[in-house]
Amino acid sequence: MSMQSSLDIQARSATTTPSASVRRTAEVAKLIDESKCIGCKACQVACMEWNDLRDEVGHNVGVYDNPQDLSPNSWTLMRFAEVEDKESNLSWLIRKDGCMHCADPGCLKACPAPGAIVQYSNGIVDFKQENCIGCGNCVSGCPFDIPRISAKDKKAYKCTLCSDRVSVGLEPACVKTCPTGAITFGDKPEMLQYAQLRVGELKERGYSDAGVYDPAGVGGTHVMYVLRHSSKPEAYSGLPKDPQISPMVSLWKGAFKPLALLGMGAAILAGFFHYVRVGPNTVEEDEKSKEAA
Amino acid sequence: MSRQIQRYTEGERTNHWMVAILFVLAALSGLALFHPSMFWLANLFGGGPWTRILHPFIGVAMFLFFLVTMLRFWGHNRLDANDRKWLAGWRDVLANREDRVPEQGRYNAGQKAMFWLMVICMWVLLVTGIMFWRAYFGDYFPVGVIRAASLLHAIAATVLIIGIIIHVYAAIWTKGSIGAMVRGTVSEAWAKKHHAAWYRQVNR
Repeated sequence: MSMQSSLDIQARSATTTPSASVRRTAEVAKLIDESKCIGCKACQVACMEWNDLRDEVGHNVGVYDNPQDLSPNSWTLMRFAEVEDKESNLSWLIRKDGCMHCADPGCLKACPAPGAIVQYSNGIVDFKQENCIGCGNCVSGCPFDIPRISAKDKKAYKCTLCSDRVSVGLEPACVKTCPTGAITFGDKPEMLQYAQLRVGELKERGYSDAGVYDPAGVGGTHVMYVLRHSSKPEAYSGLPKDPQISPMVSLWKGAFKPLALLGMGAAILAGFFHYVRVGPNTVEEDEKSKEAA
Repeated sequence: MSRQIQRYTEGERTNHWMVAILFVLAALSGLALFHPSMFWLANLFGGGPWTRILHPFIGVAMFLFFLVTMLRFWGHNRLDANDRKWLAGWRDVLANREDRVPEQGRYNAGQKAMFWLMVICMWVLLVTGIMFWRAYFGDYFPVGVIRAASLLHAIAATVLIIGIIIHVYAAIWTKGSIGAMVRGTVSEAWAKKHHAAWYRQVNR
């Protein structure tokens, strides 16, 4: 789902040579200030509208989360968590969930289909469904449990960070629609600066644990949070504290891949040279009778 | 030409070659999904999505045929003390000095080791493969298990492929072996040289 120029692709799944990299664009980021979010779900609606998606109407199961989970048709979702602290103060932590657009994307690392997942030089990680083979490796690779495979077409879907809008200078649809200014978008350094400003304000208001969520384990993300309780990101419906690509995935899609091919190649060569040096293992009697015949 | 001895029945040969054909298909489609440099192999199966669809079915079919092979040959492949001596003399075997190692029954220790390697790999491939067969079973396993399964699947496949390369080479190297699996027979001299104990047993 993208109309960005192939000039701006900096990483491409299942591709071992560099992509076009002469042109660099500025790194962008979306900042979600959880303290300003009122849980209105306008971002979900804007996402559906811009991307022209309609999820199935589900059932109310007694929580505000609607739909229940991310899906091929719902690329962003407000997750509502009721958290009680030690003094029994209830806080309602609302987090807009969706793709974090990691600098080191686990989905892209795990993907076996060339060009099915790309990372633009502005940091956006995008799925190209026409190249997707539907294996679901991106789901295994993702440290945030974001991609969803459609039952209809077996293709993977997730937030594009509105790469089509961003490429023509517009902000993502969720950013444009947010009525409280909880979601902002811009160059990543500026967003980090603004995030620090917000953290300062929150600390002044007594949120001593306020901080920015831009996890280093995945090289930083292009969707960041300002959290009032930054030392406990898990409280926000399971936002991982120190997300990183699983070592299983790193080994599987890293060192093991070339070593395995090397091993297979070496086995073939070893056989060939054994034959050349030692020669066949023949049965003399049979050889003689062959000659006689 | 010396007398021919039956080594494999029609059923055993058919079974072996079904496994072999399915192995080649599973390995090619699996390699396509394993390393970017091998992705072109997906064209043999009708492109990426078709490779993804077919690979698990090919794998399961291979396993089922292998299961029959496994049960047929299980009893012939029990390792014994004699095998240890044979394995200790692997240098002599590779240097075509087979006369220096103890005589062997129906299978030598190398063949037996290969049999058990295949048994282990096939089971690991089946179990781990089902765990990340997303279309049918993906929802039943937590992501941590699926990640471990994916890695183990790749490792078992690599070990099996290298094992099969050795298996195929051994057949090419040891003249008179391929006929055993194609026509079912070996020469008396071949049996005497490579599997003397088995030769005496069939001639009793």
